[in-house]
Amino acid sequence: MAELGLTNRKGQGPVDPDAPPAKAGQETGPGGILPLELDAVSYEVEGRRLVDGISLRLNPGRRTVLLGHNGAGKSITLRLCHGLLKPTSGEVRWLGPLGRNAREHQAMVFQRPVLLRRSALANITYALGLKGIPAAKRTGLAMEALGRVGLESLARTPARVLSGGEQQRLALARAWALDPEVLFLDEPTASLDPAAARKVEETIQGFHQAGMTIVLTTHDMAEARRLADDVYFIHQGKLWEQSGAAGFFRNPRTREARAFLSGELPL
Amino acid sequence: MNELAQAFKMALALILTGDSDLLEIVWLTMQVSISAVAVASLAALPLGGALALFSFPGRRTLIILLNSLMGLPPVVVGLLVYLLLSRQGPLGEWGLLFTPTAMVIAQCILVFPIVAALTRQVVEDLWGEYGEQLRSLGASRLRSVATLLLEGRFALSTVVLAGFGRAIAEVGAVLIVGGNIAHLTRVMTTAIALETSRGELSLALGLGILLIGLSVSVNGAAYLLREYSGWRHG
Repeated sequence: MAELGLTNRKGQGPVDPDAPPAKAGQETGPGGILPLELDAVSYEVEGRRLVDGISLRLNPGRRTVLLGHNGAGKSITLRLCHGLLKPTSGEVRWLGPLGRNAREHQAMVFQRPVLLRRSALANITYALGLKGIPAAKRTGLAMEALGRVGLESLARTPARVLSGGEQQRLALARAWALDPEVLFLDEPTASLDPAAARKVEETIQGFHQAGMTIVLTTHDMAEARRLADDVYFIHQGKLWEQSGAAGFFRNPRTREARAFLSGELPL
Repeated sequence: MNELAQAFKMALALILTGDSDLLEIVWLTMQVSISAVAVASLAALPLGGALALFSFPGRRTLIILLNSLMGLPPVVVGLLVYLLLSRQGPLGEWGLLFTPTAMVIAQCILVFPIVAALTRQVVEDLWGEYGEQLRSLGASRLRSVATLLLEGRFALSTVVLAGFGRAIAEVGAVLIVGGNIAHLTRVMTTAIALETSRGELSLALGLGILLIGLSVSVNGAAYLLREYSGWRHG
C-alpha cells in the first residue's frame, strides 16, 4: 500500500507544458469525494460469486488500472465502485468530505459508447441538463468539451452516425463536461482500431493532466503499461496484486499475475 | 373472379366520381380512428414506458393482463361501452350513444392495450442498452422514461401504426356503439357490413378495396417520414 499513499496530484510526475490548465472547480484531493474505499466487497449473481472479497483504496490524482482477463470481474468491480451495482456483501465508501454526494462528482465511459439519437452537441447538453446546469450555460460548456476531444466541427452531426472512435471521444467529452473528480472507464478502447484507440488514450491522458482521477479496466497489457500509475490485478473475482505500475510489470509477486503477463491463457 | 373484377371497377368508379356520401364516410372513418389512436397513445406511451422501468408489486400480473388485452374482442368492448353510455347506464346522461364520440371511446379501449403493451416491450429493450449510462448520468426513472420514448421514436411509430390498424379495421365495436347511422356514424367497415348484408357484394368489396388503400396510404406516409428522419438522425 505504501506506493498508493495519498498523493497530491500537483507534485506528481512531469507536467506537460502544452497541457491545458486544470479546470476551475476541478480541485480535488483533500476537498473532494476521494479516497474511495472498498471493504471486503463481494458480488453474487444466482449464487455465483463474481467478485470475491475485494478490498482496495483509490486515491486522488492517480491513474488506476484494473487489469485482468475477460470475465475476471474487473468490469463488475468498476460498476461497484461507480455505484451501478450494489455489493452483495461488504461496503463501498467515499471517504472525502463530499462523499455524501459522490454521484455528482463521478462519471463513467463504457466499452461501447451509449449515445442518444440526437446531435453530438445535444448528447452533451442533455447530460448537463440532468446535472442541473442552467440551460443558458449548457451549449457553451458542451462546445468547450467537444473542443477538448477535437470534435467541435462535428457538433451538429447526429451522434449515431459518427465513427466508433469519434463516438467514444464524444462519450469522453460528455464525461468531461460533467466535470467529475473521478472518471471510470470500462475497456474504453477494446472495440476500437489502433489509431482510434490511441486518440482515446491521449484524451484520457489529457483529462488526467487536467486533474481528473482515472480508473479504468483493461485486459490489454500494453495499454495498462501506457496508462497506469497503479495496477490492481484481478483474477477469478479476487484481487491478487495491487502495486505501482512499474513494480507490477517488473516484478509481479503472484504466479497468477506472472502467468497473465507472460500471456498464458487462463485456466 | 368476375365479382372481384367487378369490385375493382366499382372501387375505381367510386373514387373517380368523388361520391359525396363516400367522401363523408372516408372522412368520418379517418377522424374517428385517428382521434382514438391519438388519445389512446397519449396515455399508453408514457404508461407502457413507466411499466418498463418501474418495479412494483403486481407488475408481472399487470404486464400479462395488458398483453392479453391486446386480443380484446371488439364486440365485447362495444357491448361494454354500450352499457356504459346507454340511457340507463352510468354515463347515460352524457347522451353519447350513437355518436362519433362513442365510437372514439370504444376504439380507444381497443387500441390502448396494444400501444401500452408494445411500448413496454420497446422501452424495456432500450433500457437494457441505455440503462447503465442513464443511471450513471443521474437520470431519474421518470426522466429515463421520457428519454427512452424519444429514443425509441422509430420503433414506437410502428407501435402506434399497429394501433391504428386495429382501430380502422374493426367493425364490431363501432357498429354497436355507433349504430351505423347514415351521415352520422357510418364508417367504412360498417358500410361494408351493411352492403354485404344487402347483397351488394361488389359495392361492399369496392369499399373494402378503398379501406385497404386508405390503410396502405397512412402506413406508407409514416414509413417515408421515418426513413427521412432516420436518415437525418442515424
